[in-house]
Parts: sequence; C-alpha cells; structure tokens
Amino acid sequence: MAAKDKPGAIEVKNFDTHFVITQPNPLRKMLLRVPDSTLDDPVARAEKALEGLSGEFKTWMAVEADRLSAAHAAVKRDGFNDDTREELFRAAHDIKGDAATFGYPSAAAAADSLCRIIEHAPDLDAVPADLIGHHINAIQAIVRERTKLDTVQVASVLSKQLRGIADEFLIRANRDRPEHLEAVLAPSIVPGE
Amino acid sequence: MYRIDFNKLRFLICDDNPHMRRILRTLLHSFGAREVYESEDGATALEMYTHYVPDIVITDWSMPIFDGLELAQMIRQPESKGNPYAPIIMLTGHSDKRRVTVARDAGVTEFLAKPISAKGLYQRILNVVANPRPFIKTKTYFGPDRRRNTNNTYIGPERRGSGEMEVMQQPSLLEKARSSI
Repeated sequence: MAAKDKPGAIEVKNFDTHFVITQPNPLRKMLLRVPDSTLDDPVARAEKALEGLSGEFKTWMAVEADRLSAAHAAVKRDGFNDDTREELFRAAHDIKGDAATFGYPSAAAAADSLCRIIEHAPDLDAVPADLIGHHINAIQAIVRERTKLDTVQVASVLSKQLRGIADEFLIRANRDRPEHLEAVLAPSIVPGE
Repeated sequence: MYRIDFNKLRFLICDDNPHMRRILRTLLHSFGAREVYESEDGATALEMYTHYVPDIVITDWSMPIFDGLELAQMIRQPESKGNPYAPIIMLTGHSDKRRVTVARDAGVTEFLAKPISAKGLYQRILNVVANPRPFIKTKTYFGPDRRRNTNNTYIGPERRGSGEMEVMQQPSLLEKARSSI
C-alpha cells in the first residue's frame, strides 16, 4: 500500500446510537495551490477532449439503437420474462444516459419515457404493444434522421408527446399503487429533463 | 487558487457500457489522471478495488448480476480488509429522488446523474477531495455522514440519539478550490 493510501490516525467518537469516525483527509495532498494567473482550465481541456471523441458518437448511437431493437425483437418473440424485460430496460436506460452526450437529447427523452413504462407498469403484458413499439420506432427515427436540419424540432415534439401518453397510461395504471404513482409524478433531479 | 493534482490520483471506473467507459476515461485523462482502472461489472470492480486500492471509485448503478449499489455496499464494510472509506461517485441514468436516497443509504459519497459533463464530474471529484465528510457507523449504516446540512429541528424517526449533536468540522478547502473552476 502506498503512503498516500494509509488512512492516518482515525478518531472515533462514541454516541448512544452511532459512532462518528474521522480520519485525516488522505486526499488533501492532491490539492495544489496554483497562481491565480494560471490559464490552464482542466474542465475546458476535458470538454475539448470530449469534442475530439464526437466523431464516433454517431456510430456509438447506432450501436445503442440496434441493441434496443434487438431487445424489442426478443420481447416480441418471447414475450416479457425476466431476461427480456431486463435487456429491454438496460438498452433503453443506456440510451437515456448516453444519448444526450452523443448529441441526441430527444432520443434520451424517449428512452427515459420507455424506462418509466418498464419500471412502473404493474403488468408489462397489459401495456399496449403500440405504446412500447412507438417509443422504439421514435428512438430509431431520431437516430436515423438526426442529420436532417428540420428533424430537431420534430424529434423534440415527438418525444414530449410520447412522454405525455406514457405518463397518462402510468398514472391510470398506478392509481392504486401510491408508491409508484408518487415516483411517476415526482420531478426529475436532472435540470431541464 | 487550488487545483486537483490528478496526476497522483488513482481511479477505478465501473460501467458495463463500453462507450461510457471510454468517455469517462477520456475525461479523467484530460483532467490529468494517469492511473485509471476499468471494469465492466461490479464483481470485477470489487477485485480491482482490493488489488489497486484506488483513491476514488466512479460506478454506474445498473449493471448485470452485481450492480453499482451492491459494489458500494461491499466496499462499505467496516471490517473488510480493503479501505472502506474511499469516496464513491455514483454516475447513473437514474434521475429520481428516491434513487438518490437509496444510493446515499448504501454509502455512496456523491451522485452524478447522466448525461455526464466535464464540469459535473470535476465538481464531484473536487467535492470528495476537498471536502470529505466524517463517517458514521450505526447498526444499519456505515458510510459518509448523510447530513450535508445541520438541522437541529429534525425530529423524525431517523434522528440520531444521544441528545447533543456533535459536528466535527473538517478543514474545508472546497470553497477555495471551487473558485478555480
């Protein structure tokens, strides 16, 4: 174990119901004082590096969209079971997390809506197949047509409409399940989502 | 002003999505980090955690078999041979408040909702480097103090016992460091 990994002297204070444990900050020495005139900005540097990767985003997004299609095909073929449900959720969830970074925010929004359906529908077999199918098709279309200038606004409207329909379904389906209903109605912690 | 010396920090990232791992690696390297270890599932991450002793863990939540939440719970074992105190940053597509609470109760230090940004990641790393919180051990919890604010008026069921509440101040370099970004 390197010297920096040693936790140092740990102080423990004992209370009736808990202990408070404090150790000297082992990472403190990783903070450096630099002159105020320093021009180097690590965040700007990282943003530029991310921009350098952006040439690959279209390919990556296509891979993610293909995975979603394959997961949906498995659901159509085998119905919902633990494996098909999990893979469809995981594929949609990855798009929800990645797509905005890749420059496809509307695909991320549609994938989020699909994740909510999978997570909160009381019985996935009772979800209209079209509701799931329209989400998949919308994501595919957004990914495929992104390069066309007039599609950005259409994609945004489409994903918002899908979310509205999905929410309406989830609110109705969860009217007797307060915990899920609360989760469906709760605001996202992601600004602007 | 203060900056993080990424050159000396050792990271372990855990995400089953190769694209996200590539993005994380790119961001960390461009911050200046040299030691970045990667795993695509929680079980491998746990092995690497013991082997490489990273300073900071960045993990996804949803992964097959052994997810990021379980990884956090395994790291936060006070009797374990490894270091149970390492900061854990949960980077996830989950974006509802309930999930934040669950992650917090598993001992996660910081929560970062996707989509990822260079600034968001830098700020979380800055938080854990410059402003570590004391650890709390109760019958049911071991992890960073879940109270970020001191609220003496809270009287709910999870109020810690023993009357007086002792807040152990750590010298905070955070504000000074924040001014640098």
